[in-house]
Parts: sequence; C-alpha cells; structure tokens
Amino acid sequence: MVLVGGGAAGLRAAIAIAQSDPRLSIAVVSKVYPMRSHTVSAEGGAAAVVRPDDSFDEHAYDTISGGDWLCDQDAVEAFVHEAPEEMLRLEHWGCPWSREPDGHIAVRPFGGMKKMRTWFAADKTGFHLLHTLFQTSLKYTRVVRYDECFVTKLLVEEGRAQGVVAIELMSGQVRAITAKAVLLCTGGCGRVFPFTTNANIKNGDGMALAYRAGAPLKDMEFVQYHPTGLPFTGILITEAARAEGGWLLNKDGYRYLQDYNLGTPQPHPVLRSMELGPRDRLSQAFVKEMEKGRTIEGPYGPVVHLDIRHLGEKVIKTKLPFVRELCLKYQNIDPITEMIPVRPVVHYMMGGVHTDINGATPLPGLYAAGEAACVSINGANRLGSNSLSECLVFGARAGRAAAAFAANQPEASSAVLAQAADEQRRLERELLHKTDGRERIAVLREEMQQIMEGSAGIYRSGATLTEAARKLRQLQERFRNIALHDHSRTFNTELIAALELSYMLDVAETIVQSALRREESRGAHQRTDFPARDDQRYLAHSLAYRNADGSCRIEYLPVTITRWPPGERVYGK
Amino acid sequence: MSDTITLHVARYRPEVETEPTFQEYQTPCRKDWVVLDALNYIKDKVDGTLSYRWSCRMGICGSCGMTVNGEPKLTCATFLTDYAPGPVRVEPLRNFPIVRDLVIEMSDFMRKLVQVKPWIIRADEKPLSEGEYLQTPEELDEYKQFSMCINCMLCYAACPVYGLEPHFIGPAAIALAQRYNLDSRDQGARERMDLLSDHTGIWGCTFVGECTKACPKSVDPAAAIQRYKLKAALSWFKSFLLPRGAS
Repeated sequence: MVLVGGGAAGLRAAIAIAQSDPRLSIAVVSKVYPMRSHTVSAEGGAAAVVRPDDSFDEHAYDTISGGDWLCDQDAVEAFVHEAPEEMLRLEHWGCPWSREPDGHIAVRPFGGMKKMRTWFAADKTGFHLLHTLFQTSLKYTRVVRYDECFVTKLLVEEGRAQGVVAIELMSGQVRAITAKAVLLCTGGCGRVFPFTTNANIKNGDGMALAYRAGAPLKDMEFVQYHPTGLPFTGILITEAARAEGGWLLNKDGYRYLQDYNLGTPQPHPVLRSMELGPRDRLSQAFVKEMEKGRTIEGPYGPVVHLDIRHLGEKVIKTKLPFVRELCLKYQNIDPITEMIPVRPVVHYMMGGVHTDINGATPLPGLYAAGEAACVSINGANRLGSNSLSECLVFGARAGRAAAAFAANQPEASSAVLAQAADEQRRLERELLHKTDGRERIAVLREEMQQIMEGSAGIYRSGATLTEAARKLRQLQERFRNIALHDHSRTFNTELIAALELSYMLDVAETIVQSALRREESRGAHQRTDFPARDDQRYLAHSLAYRNADGSCRIEYLPVTITRWPPGERVYGK
Repeated sequence: MSDTITLHVARYRPEVETEPTFQEYQTPCRKDWVVLDALNYIKDKVDGTLSYRWSCRMGICGSCGMTVNGEPKLTCATFLTDYAPGPVRVEPLRNFPIVRDLVIEMSDFMRKLVQVKPWIIRADEKPLSEGEYLQTPEELDEYKQFSMCINCMLCYAACPVYGLEPHFIGPAAIALAQRYNLDSRDQGARERMDLLSDHTGIWGCTFVGECTKACPKSVDPAAAIQRYKLKAALSWFKSFLLPRGAS
C-alpha cells in the first residue's frame, strides 16, 4: 500500500491498515516530514457528539444545513456516528484534549453547530492531534516512511492504480514505488489563491494527480473563506475566539452580523447565531459591509475588528493562548487590551477527489481521504471543526477499504516500471535539464492567484469566470516555457515549486470551470448573476474530468438525500 | 530606517562546492516582514536556486529553523527590522550536517524520536466502549508544557553537548519522553528510563540550559532533563537500599 501524505488522514489510515492486515507493508510518502503537515495548523477543534443533550441527528442536521444540502447524507450519517469513537481513540493514544474539572473531555461551541460538541486541545488542536498520530504511528514498524519525497505521477496500468513515481528531495533520485493500492491524503489547495491560511505546501498535489490519472474532482467550485484571518500574513484567528464569546465589529463598533439575517446580538454567545453563524454567511457579510463603506481601511485593505477584550485575561490565556501568541508575534497587538483586525481569507476546499463513502475513487485501486477528497460531508460549506473529525473517520475508512482491495490484487505489473522510466525522462527533459525557458515560476504563480481572487472569490459572475478560464489556458501555455535556474539534484526546491505550480494550474482550472457551469448560488458559491439556490437544476455534485487534450469537462451526479429534504438555512432563530 | 537590508546567506551546493560560502542579497526591509519573507523574496525574484525549508509561516510546523546572526531562530517568527540596518547573516542550523544551502540533515533526530517510545504504554488497554481515561486539568498541566514541542531542532542547534557528542539523545527527545512519563494515562516510564538513564541520555547533559533559551515554544527541555535526573538518581538510590526491585 502507498499512502501519499502524512497528515491526519494519512497517518490515521496508516495505523488503520497496520492494525487490519498484517501482511501488507505500508509506505507513507510525504513531501515534508509528517509532523510538518498542514494538519498542524488547525486550531479550534474536532466535532463529535459526546454530551447527553446532543444527538447524531442534530450533528447531521447542522452539517447538512450548513452545507446548503449539497452533502451526501449517507456519508454524513456514517461520519457523525463514527466521529465520537475516533475522538476517544485519539484520547487513548494520548491526545491532550482539554478537560472539565472532573477529568472528563471538555467541549466548546462552534460556528453553525446547535450543540456543544467540539473537542479541543486549547487552540492548538491540529498540532496536538497530528503529533499524537505521528508519535503513535512510530509504534508500527510496518509503516515505512518516505519522508521528503515528492510524488510526480500516479502509475496506472491495466485500469488500476499501481503505485507512484516520486522524487527523493535529498538525493534527487527519481523512484517508482509500486503498490496494490494508492491512497491520496495530500490535503487542500489554498495556495491557488493569493491570500490564504494554507501553508506553502498546500498545492492540490493529490487532486491534480488523480485528475491527470482520469479520476474526477467533485464540487471544486466550493472554496471556503474563513471570516477571520490576519491581514497581510493570512494567519488564521480561530473560530474558537468567537465561540468563546468574541464579537465582530465594523468601523462604528457595531455588531454588523445582525443586519444579515443571523440573529440579534446577545452579550453571551448563542449557538447557530450571530458570530456563531456559518463561515460562508459571515464572509459574505464582510463583503456587503465593505460595499456599504463600513469596514476599516488598513494598510493591506479593508478589515473589520474581532473583539475578545471582554472575555478577560484568564479566558484568553487558558482557552485561546495561540490566538494571543499569534497576535503578539505577527500583528504586534495584545488581544487582551486591543481589537484584532481581520478579513476573510481562503481556508478550505470543500471539493476534492470524488470518492464513495469508503474513500474509493472511480479508478480501481485509487483511494482518497481528508481535504484532498470529497466524500462529501461538507457540501457547499463546511462547518468549523468537522474537518479534523473527517480526516480521522474517513482516513480510517479509506485505509481499511484500500487494504481490503489490496489483499485481492496481484503484484504490480512490470509495465509500470517502464512508465516510471518515462516519467523520469519527462522530468529531466521538461524541467531539470531545460535551459531555454523564459517564464518565472513566481510570476506565473502570482498571475494565477490574482486571476483566482478576481474571478472565483466570495462572489463570482459568469463574465469574470469566462475571462478567468481564458487566462488560465494562457498560463498553461506559458508554463511550457518555464525557466529553471537550479539544475542540481540535491534538494532542488525550484523544481518542486515548478511541479507544484503545474498542479495548481490544473486545480485552478477545475475550480473556474465548475464555478462557471453552476448557475446558482449555494453555500460558498455565490453567483451575482444567479443569486438564488436552484434545487431543480443543481441539487447535484459537479464532477470535473480531464479531457485527452488537457481541457476540462463538467458532469453532474445527484446528491444522496436520506432523511433531510432540502430546506431553508435558518440561523439566529 | 532604510527600506532595504543586506542579507549574507550561506550557500552550499555539494555538486560544485566543497564547503559553504556566503552570498550577498539586497531585499526590501518592511515592517511586517520576517526573515523568511526576505528569503522568499530572493527565491521568487532574485535567485531561484536558493534552497531552504518552510511551510506554515505561523510558527507551528517547525520547518524553517535557521541560524540568524549566530542564534537559532524560526525565520517565520523573526522580524527583519529587529536586525536593521543590517546586514543579517542567515546560515543553516548548527550541529547538523548540511544537505544544501540552508537545509540540514535531521534523520538522526528522527531515529532518536522513535527510541524514546513517544506513545502511550499501558499494561492494560481500556476498551473504547468504557470511554475516556479521566484526566483532570491539573494532571494535564503536569505534562502539557512538554507536549508543546514542534520538533524545530533549535534546541539541538543550541546544545553544546549535542555538538560534541552526537550520540546524546538531546533536549527535544528527552522532553518528549518526559511528556509521556508525566501523562497520567501512561505506564511506560520504566521502559523509557532504561534508555534515558544511559550516558547518552540524561546524564550526557551538563545543564548549560541553552536549549530552553532557544526554544520558541517555551517547552523548557532543560527542566525536563533535570527532573529526570532527579528521578533516576532517586530510583538508583532506592534500588541500592531495597535491592529487590522496589521503586
């Protein structure tokens, strides 16, 4: 088995496989050391029903209404049922979850959730979760890590995935890692946009690998803007700041969310109301405030204020220590005495590699889980704290399913080695040994990011998307003329940056094409030319396929509805 | 303040150089810029061949540790203006082999990490159906500090013992062992003690305390090591008085 990616989903899958089939050897291939994976940056928490006043149905309903009814409800039901056990398992593995005074697990409120069900480890939940998983995975000697190996291609032969080609950064050696099944856990693609909370490594690698191998990408038009990022750096200020009682204020010190059908302001946080509304609606409200001239002009554009001063020093220091640390270090303000300037920032990709409820893609032998995948439980808008739980639940599911598949497969065919040799020659010819290129990587990347921000941001229109599609095609052409100045084999980060850019260009194209074709507004996809939701035509997932000529084709797949027929999204009531 | 600053950046390309050299670059010096922003400026606009690691740019992934003007630093959390008017010298972390430019080889640490068994060890595993292990906030506080390590390697770069004795397990790995030893859910302290009470373990440390000074996350590995020494000494002393394996 080959797992690509060593974040929460990948490591959870690796352990699940190690525990399920003692005959399989497991390779975890990651372009960074696993503890550097972007899971590490998640702050607020992980959702799972735990309290007696809560229920699976309520978690499911919050998730489905939060996702504007684009979630597959069978997947959501499996998710909410399995999440508590996954959280507990992490507890048994040593995750330092925050506790009640009596020693039981503590939970906090979170946006769009009607009950308190977000488990947390202060405000470094992703960090603790990742390190717990990584350290626990070290117990399993059958998990063999290929650290700092960058995957350039999926090997597909006889109609099934049979391994990957990867460059080992340290040596520059290109190697084929063959396998009976491949599981992609590479995370999101926030770096397609200029202003994002995502780490430098979030380039949609797995999405592009699957897309190029013929597997479709699902619901790629749904890009989540988190409402509270620090200006300039894009560093995330966790939703937990609002869950603990933080307020969003415009330039008049007014809690403006009350003007956007999100409820009436109360002194204390109210679940599914005001600052605890869903992220898509809060980010959209920011744009409307800006249009009304009620935001504050900062050195990096308009901002609003996140005010947590009234929570007091003790709450801030115990529940939100990382928020304070980030504000002090990167913004030079102390949130105990000052308001935090924030603006919406690209945070999460609801879409991803199309999988079924067990993480299987339509390409036999290829599986995906975590943010790289779209199962889909997030629909048109993910609720905060559902994604870490998703990584665990579907990482484990995909790991088990892939292991079961692998158990019945023959060894990888020898033809894949010829493919790998071709790939090595391609890398050398088109990139490593190329000396006549003219286009700079950073220039193309910035142009792509500006195109995406201008056309596929919080609000979109047919005209700007059409123009963006044309410009992205030109960038694809220009990429052929890319210039590499670094011809060394040793830790060649310029080569990696070029390959990441090529992945991002493919992913950007699927986002724009999917957004262009969806002529309605739903969740995080808001079309100014089609402002209403249209269940008649678009209660469906988009599937982006790559045509032989490299262009993108969109098809649709019905949403699975089990028990919750599409309704109105109501918050603040 | 001038709006540009000079960086002296260590370069080492093993295919063409036998030892590191320095290269000079001019970059903007903006108020919000950290040293990493300047390196990214160089990489994107001036010299694409410069190699270094980075990822989260928010001080939590631990990738971007380097030596800045002689001190081990996370370059994403080190402001350029603190070094104005410059020049700023940027080198790879000390005490590690250099792979290339600012990239160090850290597989030694990755091996040591496994040696300290950084996972929960229990004689009897409670089934999930019986719920969580209870742990009060006070019990959590016992080990919490030592669970904050981001494996950034700054403490190894600062540690004079590790520089001279590469077999020394080192501050972060010992702190991690202590993180599990002090966790009320763990029963593996005795197993870890065998390794750590060796001369390459805690007794290698001469208590210089540089690790704690270098730590960007206030983990205080030096305290972990001292606490461990005390416990090890006590248990050795007790075994002397009560030779039948009492602890």
